[in-house]
Amino acid sequence: MVENRPWLTLLSHIVLVLGVATVAFPVYLTFVASTLSAQEVLDVPMRMLPGSHLIENYGHVLSKGVGGGTPLAKLMFNSLVSALIIAIGKIAISILSAYAIVYFRFPGRMFCFWLIFMTLMLPVEVRILPTYKIVADLGMLDTYAGLTVPLIASATATFLFRQFFLTIPEELLEAARIDGAGAMRFFWDVVLPLSKANIAALFVILFIYGWNQYLWPLLITTREDMYTAVIGIRRLMSGGDAATEWNLVMTTAMLAMLPPALVVILMQRWFVKGLVDSEK
Amino acid sequence: MATVELRGVRKSYGAGRNALEVIHGIDAQITDGEFIVLVGPSGCGKSTLLRMVAGLEDITAGEIAIGGRVVNQLEPKDRDIAMVFQNYALYPHMSVMQNMAYGLKIRGVAAAEIETRVNRAAAMLELTPFLARKPRDLSGGQRQRVAMGRAIVRNPQVFLFDEPLSNLDAKLRVQTRMELQKLHREFGTTSLYVTHDQVEAMTLGQRLVVMNAGVAEQIGAPMEVYAKPASTFVAGFIGSPSMNLISGEVRDGLFHTGIDAGALSMSLPAPPPRNGPLILGVRPEHLTPADAATARLTMRVDMVEALGADSYAYGEGALPGTHLVARLGNAGGAAVGTILPFTFAAEHIHWFDPATGRRI
Amino acid sequence: MEKRVVFRSWWLPLLLLAPQLAVTLVFFVWPAGQALYQSVFVEDAFGTSVEFVGAQNFLALFKDQYYGHAFGVTAVFSVCVAALGLSVSLLLAVFADRILRGGRLYKTMLIWPYAVAPAIAGVLWLFMFDPSVGVVAWLLKQIGLDWNHLLNGRQAMTLVVFAAAWKQVSYNFIFFVAGLAAIPKSLIEAAAIDGAGPVRRFIDIVFPLLTPTTFFLLVVNVIYAFFDTFGVIDAVTSGGPSKATEILVFKVFQDGFKGQDYGGAAAQSVILMAIVIALTVAQFRYVEKKVNY
Repeated sequence: MVENRPWLTLLSHIVLVLGVATVAFPVYLTFVASTLSAQEVLDVPMRMLPGSHLIENYGHVLSKGVGGGTPLAKLMFNSLVSALIIAIGKIAISILSAYAIVYFRFPGRMFCFWLIFMTLMLPVEVRILPTYKIVADLGMLDTYAGLTVPLIASATATFLFRQFFLTIPEELLEAARIDGAGAMRFFWDVVLPLSKANIAALFVILFIYGWNQYLWPLLITTREDMYTAVIGIRRLMSGGDAATEWNLVMTTAMLAMLPPALVVILMQRWFVKGLVDSEK
Repeated sequence: MATVELRGVRKSYGAGRNALEVIHGIDAQITDGEFIVLVGPSGCGKSTLLRMVAGLEDITAGEIAIGGRVVNQLEPKDRDIAMVFQNYALYPHMSVMQNMAYGLKIRGVAAAEIETRVNRAAAMLELTPFLARKPRDLSGGQRQRVAMGRAIVRNPQVFLFDEPLSNLDAKLRVQTRMELQKLHREFGTTSLYVTHDQVEAMTLGQRLVVMNAGVAEQIGAPMEVYAKPASTFVAGFIGSPSMNLISGEVRDGLFHTGIDAGALSMSLPAPPPRNGPLILGVRPEHLTPADAATARLTMRVDMVEALGADSYAYGEGALPGTHLVARLGNAGGAAVGTILPFTFAAEHIHWFDPATGRRI
Repeated sequence: MEKRVVFRSWWLPLLLLAPQLAVTLVFFVWPAGQALYQSVFVEDAFGTSVEFVGAQNFLALFKDQYYGHAFGVTAVFSVCVAALGLSVSLLLAVFADRILRGGRLYKTMLIWPYAVAPAIAGVLWLFMFDPSVGVVAWLLKQIGLDWNHLLNGRQAMTLVVFAAAWKQVSYNFIFFVAGLAAIPKSLIEAAAIDGAGPVRRFIDIVFPLLTPTTFFLLVVNVIYAFFDTFGVIDAVTSGGPSKATEILVFKVFQDGFKGQDYGGAAAQSVILMAIVIALTVAQFRYVEKKVNY
């Protein structure tokens, strides 16, 4: 029992419940707000129980947008495409790079390694202006390519794969070689299947990363129909003179939060394991 | 008076319909200063029982008393015990000195006193040169000694050992075993020691508690457990190689094994306790070579293990499916395939009831 | 660590590396170089002429009271976000580690905010604290506290700190839970037998053994507070009121995009780059040491 203090267990539960409540409270409020009418949401204080306008609000926002803007469905589609391209693209590129660095000896290997490592130290916000200029010069504004490609070559995924590959026993490669497998054969038949857990974890992390991008889409999209869901919200609130339609803003927020939250909850186990392993 | 008493101790996991009972009522009286070994195969519950004495596991039913007072509800720190863990459990960020001093520091013992005790224990365990080092700079054997030192300085009523030698290599194990015996002679503290290794149990214990699947099959001194095992389990577990156990039936003064055409009858050197189905047990070293006329059983040799001082022959008995082991003196060797005849004396027979496995 | 058995080809690995190297060079190295380059130039208002000015942009920044102010704001912001985020998550992790039943459920419920974008987190908290419609703002008024973060700089800072920390709590929580689980149970039991109660055990055993995790999270939280919180600031306060919440990365955005001061913004980017590199290197070095732990 280590110690015989049942009140400590009770305290633990209390603290945890409070923690969960604090964490969940903002979202709960948001959910309630998203089910109210424009008038009800402005009531002070706002009521605490869900209202009856859920379907109406969600339907409106998805199909007609807020304040006459682009339908949220389109924005969410943009987010989805962008997140998927980033996640899948990063995984594909990084796993190949990690494979090259770990399993080959060639001149310039360490140079490539450090070059990639450098990118860890340069979050997009730091190189924002020149990158914007390059993208603009390449004519990639307002495109899916522009939204995704500059974010695709970060080093965290490469590092995770590298670390993992280093733990794969040497004997596997020796056995494969004796069996007659070449480099790409070995990759496809042995390394890739072994990496499934890491790939799943990374997918969650990168999908969220891609979906939640803010600064970058803000800069390079000028057409409203290319906005992503996350920045769509921001745009909604600089309404200026017109009163903010909070209930619709909150509906948009709920919808924008939903896909990543679902991904996290459904793939929780891989995600937690991958997150912890990737930083070691 | 540091006696330890276990009265009807039971442990279950889970509750209600899903409850799984793992310890089914253990009774034992451990006298002051006794070194008692809990021995049994993996999963028999010996570690669980030890941890219940320590207070690290709850007691579902029954009572445990240390020094006369019932400790069921007491926390580990109030039971006046010290424990040596299998993986040493040394605090990695503290030096050896700090590791050994920690328990005393918490109890508010004066600094001077702490230093005296730690230095004395360190000297006894030959750890003095290492006092300032961290555990990661020590070898396995040294770490184990630090763990013992931590227990010694506390001067508790009872020492608890949870398979402390399992992580050491064979030679170190023998060495540390001797050190443990030395310590016990010095301090005379009541000790409960858990191991799955029956050699350790036989050499260290003043008494053994042989456990199997949550039940104490036999409690007794090593030689007694060896000479008079209380069940087929104990007979097979203690002693290496294990005792030969042959199932059969006693009829007309003969021991019949097998049925119909394949049946054999064995003559017995002494009258059996009763008729009917019985299990006959005889240890490998008690099978003496005989000539074909006086042999009670024969064995066809499959394999011989020559260990230097002794050799053991493994093979099949005359009845197909019976496996036998016999000790050959160091003069003996036998070719694979030879049929060896054996006999045995009356005082070396063990009879067991096939239904319960208990000794008759 | 190296592999002993490798393939010998030289062109295949380069081919495999090509995509990553290409994107790295085009979108990382080149812009970083550009930022460095631009930081030593001054463009005129119309962008027609550029003039090499050496370190002038940097010097101008050091003299600029707004830059110094932004630095101060960022420092306060990061310290608060890190402190709040780390302490709350540590508390929750410690309690979550203790209980046997429901642990899984609590962990799920505390983990999912990781999925929320900082900007959205900002919007959620903004909604709660909006002076006219916010529920919490109303509650505060009821107990006598006049809440208006649009006017009160301190309150604005409090709001963004909470919004930013709220999100980080789940990230930190995951790592603290893993760090706590990595402490062998026998160490806790040995300490309990030695006589240490829960608080004593936490101070003497658990917390020291968590140091690698804590340090790692500290660096990550600070970097998060420096950069990823752009969305929070932009959504909630836009740096206001009166620049009370203008953190460095936001200032880069303001000066560069809105103010069109490319040289100055580039210089700011360079300084930010230096800070990140210093932090990352420090963390890497510490991790290397920790590996021998």
